[in-house]
Amino acid sequence: MPTVLTCTDVRKTFGSAVVLDGLDLEVGEHEVVALIGASGSGKSTLLRCINLLTEIDDGTIRLDGEDITEPQVDADRVRQKIGLVFQSFNLFPHMTVLDNITLAPVRVHKRPVAEAREQAMEWLGRVGLADKAGSYPDRLSGGQQQRVAIVRALVNSPRLLLLDEVTSALDPELVGEVLTMIRDLKNEGVTMVLATHEMGFARQVADRVAFLDKGRVLEQGPPGQVLGDPVEPRTRQFLARIIEAGRL
Amino acid sequence: MSAQPYRPSATQQHRIAFRRRQAIRSVLLAALSTAVLGTALGFLVTDAPGWDRVKLAFFDGELARESLSPILQGLWLNVRVFLVCAISALALGLLIATARTLRGPVFFPVRALATVYTYSFRGLPLIIVIYLFAFGIPGLRLQGTPSVTVLGGAAIVVTYGAYLAEVFRSGIESVHPSQVAAARSLGLSYRQAMRHVVLPQAVRRSAPPLLNDTVAMQKDVGLISLAGPIDAIRAAQIDQMGTANFTPYVVAGVLFVLLALPLIGITDFVTLRAARRQNAGT
Repeated sequence: MPTVLTCTDVRKTFGSAVVLDGLDLEVGEHEVVALIGASGSGKSTLLRCINLLTEIDDGTIRLDGEDITEPQVDADRVRQKIGLVFQSFNLFPHMTVLDNITLAPVRVHKRPVAEAREQAMEWLGRVGLADKAGSYPDRLSGGQQQRVAIVRALVNSPRLLLLDEVTSALDPELVGEVLTMIRDLKNEGVTMVLATHEMGFARQVADRVAFLDKGRVLEQGPPGQVLGDPVEPRTRQFLARIIEAGRL
Repeated sequence: MSAQPYRPSATQQHRIAFRRRQAIRSVLLAALSTAVLGTALGFLVTDAPGWDRVKLAFFDGELARESLSPILQGLWLNVRVFLVCAISALALGLLIATARTLRGPVFFPVRALATVYTYSFRGLPLIIVIYLFAFGIPGLRLQGTPSVTVLGGAAIVVTYGAYLAEVFRSGIESVHPSQVAAARSLGLSYRQAMRHVVLPQAVRRSAPPLLNDTVAMQKDVGLISLAGPIDAIRAAQIDQMGTANFTPYVVAGVLFVLLALPLIGITDFVTLRAARRQNAGT
């Protein structure tokens, strides 16, 4: 399995707060890695660092072997190969669903408008949102908005898709439709790193679960092992709290 | 058996009746209090010792009728100057605001110039700018110097452009950073993110304050009379000099208000709609 992403000794601080403290992580092609851990453990920061939205303080991040954290690297070109989906969807409110999706294909990848639209419609059809193509995001439910946001990231055929707690902002009854979509993507072989609080979902969809604690990957392995029989006491503690809250 | 059509319960009918009585009472109270205040104000003015003289000097019906035609002719100039100035100032403001968002060391002078411009022209009184433009520029005796009307208009454009640029800029800054993050994550460059994601939202959000500044501009267009062209205010002044009566100014003032009403109405409508949209968001 070729390696898509390699994070080596990644460090990031905000002021005096050390968010990533020498983090190592590797992701293979077609692999789905779930990042779990308490709020503030660095999950979201790591995803933003991989997408070069946040600059790391030390270490290296490689995409297909290329060091993307060198200052002379063209960040726009790197981001074209990495999709990022946000917790709060971040659709462009002044554009229709269709225009949200075709913006990057047309402006960045210079694809003909008709072709981009056709592809977008195909995607929307697949996720059951074809009738929403002409709607503005504020007319959509949270679950629908998030599915559009995922499609918007996918039409650029990224090497790697990053999902940052994509169901955290959703009403409970809307979580299912987004998770189903992610499961379908896994079956198609999309390489994904997802930060999540949905332990049940991590268990179902992830090939590997990585537990982040104090800016490092403290423990990682198959979901059954990490979630069912963790080695580290801190992982046990974290999972005990999750079970207590009724989320597992 | 079909369901009974809904009828308010007895309790609800009581509530409805009570609210209706309350509403009638409110209307009556409002009418009474308005009448009392209006009468009091009326007496205050008309009982003033100098009222008769003021009435002659400011509210002479015959003079008002005579001055109406030249003032209306002058007002037509104000309308034309306003339309051209408003469009030019909006364009200039957007240009300057955009210039201030440019990144990179190459654009340092552009950013610096734009900043100096918005700082200085927001501080400079419009009257002085008009004098400088309308009397200073012709003084250079350059070939092809435009008319004082154009120069006065340019002074208004340059002054208001600085304000409108700041309105646009605050609109740009009000667009949440997550929008830029989303655009950049899709591979858009900073400039593309500005052009396709930030600016369209910023312009939409800026619409109410921009319109408000445009209302202010509409009346300030009357200041070009200082430069010499015969607009509504200059026409009123010519009348006033002949008769030593201020009624023409009152006529011009009323016309300015009437002229501004549609734009004020539009501004209120747009502001209300924007507020409603903002509150509708989750």
